[in-house]
Amino acid sequence: MNPEPTLEGPLAPRKTRLQESWHLLKQNGLSVLGLIIFILFFITAVIGLILTSGPDPVFDPSLVRLQEKLRPPLSKPNLETLQPDELPALGVYLFGTDDLGRDTFSRMLQGSWVSLTVGFVAVGISVLIGILMGGIAGYFGQNHIYFDHILMVVLLFAAGALIVVGAPSQGLGLLALGLGYIVYSLWTKRISEKKVLPIWLHVLHKKAFSVDTLIMRIVDIMLCFPSFFLILTVVALLPASIYNIMIIIGLTSWMGATRFVRAEFLSLREQDFVTAARALGVSDFRIIFRHMMPNAIAPVLVSATIGIATAILTEAGLSFLGFGVPPPHATWGNILSDGKRFIFDAPWLTFIPGFAILIVVLSFNLFGEGLRDILNPKLRERY
Amino acid sequence: MLSFIGRSIIQKIITLFFVSIVSFLIIHLAPGKPSQVDPLNPKFTPEMVERFRKEFHLDKPLHVQYLLFYRDLFTGKTASWKDNQPVLRKIWERFLNSLPLFIVGTILTWTLSFPVGIRSAIFRGGFYDRSATFFSYLLISIPGFFFAYILIIFVVNSFHVPVIGMETFGIGDPSWFRWFMDRVWHLLLPSVLGATGGIAVLSRYVRSQMLEVESQDYVRTAMAKGLPPEQVHYKHALRNALLPFVTMFGLILPGLIGGSVIIESIFSWPGMGRMAYEAILARDYPIILTVNFVSAVLVLAGTFISDVLYMVVDPRIRL
Repeated sequence: MNPEPTLEGPLAPRKTRLQESWHLLKQNGLSVLGLIIFILFFITAVIGLILTSGPDPVFDPSLVRLQEKLRPPLSKPNLETLQPDELPALGVYLFGTDDLGRDTFSRMLQGSWVSLTVGFVAVGISVLIGILMGGIAGYFGQNHIYFDHILMVVLLFAAGALIVVGAPSQGLGLLALGLGYIVYSLWTKRISEKKVLPIWLHVLHKKAFSVDTLIMRIVDIMLCFPSFFLILTVVALLPASIYNIMIIIGLTSWMGATRFVRAEFLSLREQDFVTAARALGVSDFRIIFRHMMPNAIAPVLVSATIGIATAILTEAGLSFLGFGVPPPHATWGNILSDGKRFIFDAPWLTFIPGFAILIVVLSFNLFGEGLRDILNPKLRERY
Repeated sequence: MLSFIGRSIIQKIITLFFVSIVSFLIIHLAPGKPSQVDPLNPKFTPEMVERFRKEFHLDKPLHVQYLLFYRDLFTGKTASWKDNQPVLRKIWERFLNSLPLFIVGTILTWTLSFPVGIRSAIFRGGFYDRSATFFSYLLISIPGFFFAYILIIFVVNSFHVPVIGMETFGIGDPSWFRWFMDRVWHLLLPSVLGATGGIAVLSRYVRSQMLEVESQDYVRTAMAKGLPPEQVHYKHALRNALLPFVTMFGLILPGLIGGSVIIESIFSWPGMGRMAYEAILARDYPIILTVNFVSAVLVLAGTFISDVLYMVVDPRIRL
């Protein structure tokens, strides 16, 4: 005899998470468009890197043909004046040539890789720092920093500075003092559970401020700098290189991610599943990365997608002002910057890179907006 | 209230202190020395370099330089390394040039984004809303310098007016009307460009605020009891939606200084951003540091004003 179940048991979700996300994304046509453009851009950039680099590239972005300068897009090369190996790979100047007769299409291909890597590396750096700082502030924020610890850090830094500046004897003295104190305090902690610090150390061993306060004050300090101006200053002072730009954009834009992660962690750590995990004796590390991070990552992902767009715009602005990648290498910003002198004679040199930047940045922004909808639990189906 | 103000002022001063240290370290620890600007110049003898270093305290250790620099800054004696002009007076002159751009840009931003955002929220999902959304994304995504060139081509080709600079070069001494119109034409493009990003962001923000308030119960009640929709939208909903924007009045203060390096250099506008850019190129440390310091002060003052305004406007907030 088969008893029919009176109540249906809990069913598995009818759709997987991915299917559901895709379903939500499809409702927002602009985001799908953004995603498609983003994938196309990614493929173009990778192909561009392969085809424009190496000793004998298919599309040579730095080949100068002075007799073929400022040719409009889709014009045929002049076969009589060119050597066979100077001909453009497609048999036609797809995007025209610039004032040195370089093929703009090849240069755009080379620049697409720069834009892609700047966007992803800079945002990767800023998200990493943001997760680290925000995670510490949100999870360990209530722990306090003691005065003697601050004193030791200052002491060690002073020692390092003295050694660098050129007073090694005093520096080594301070270093020995600092290390000695660290060893001593670790020893007292290890040997005897109850604190037997001498009375003069009790004066110093007071709570100064919480970890959370420290990190959020650092965020406040960083937010005081006008970001584009700061980036410009540092980029101008450092030697020109694309890696410096990525690192600097990353180092000056982590504050948003820190705030998001901290806010999420502050609310998540009070939730029951975290308490349960802690009661089971799960390590802090595992709680943070296995239990809390997946729940906190949504706003970070959205802001990272939009951050990529901002980083690409910043890099283009820096290239436009003439900083960043050293000249023979093409970026979209410096193609536009070089082309602006010929804006009435050769408008394609301004419009092609300009529209390329616009379309790519727009696609990231639209996709980020769609991502916000996908990751919004209020819009999901309930089971 | 008073204790909040006192605490936050102390906190802001401490933050400012650290900002000054960090910016000083960034500038001075970066590779390259200002005294090595032009080693090829035959007039730049080692004695000159030595005198230069002595003149500007560059031979002292770093912490002494820091103290000397900020002592000079607060007593107003800091001088530019390039032309020996007092930095504060230079900044003030450039600030007066940037001020019209800032004022016109801010007025454009705040008067345009509210109607656009409110209308989008009221007709949510309609054609107007969707096109406004798309256009605001377009405006956020367009590189400022590219947009500047499009506008320059458009205005120069269709209206035949000069737009670069603050006024037409060599205009001489025209009638006041012509002078005025000339200034307006030159002012128009850079301030529109400065405002576009702001309009796009702010109108999205107005829209989301308005949508949030429109979905509240009391708005539904007001609708249900048959009030005219205009009254519900503009009297019931809008008033509450406006609350967060009061605080944003404080946050526009930093815009006085940053923001417009690229636009000012495209339009050859002799403003703050351009001066900062030139100072960076020339490694004129006093100007870079002073601009940085002033803008940090403005950011902190802006957040302070917005906190206080919020407390004044919203009685639920007690800090």
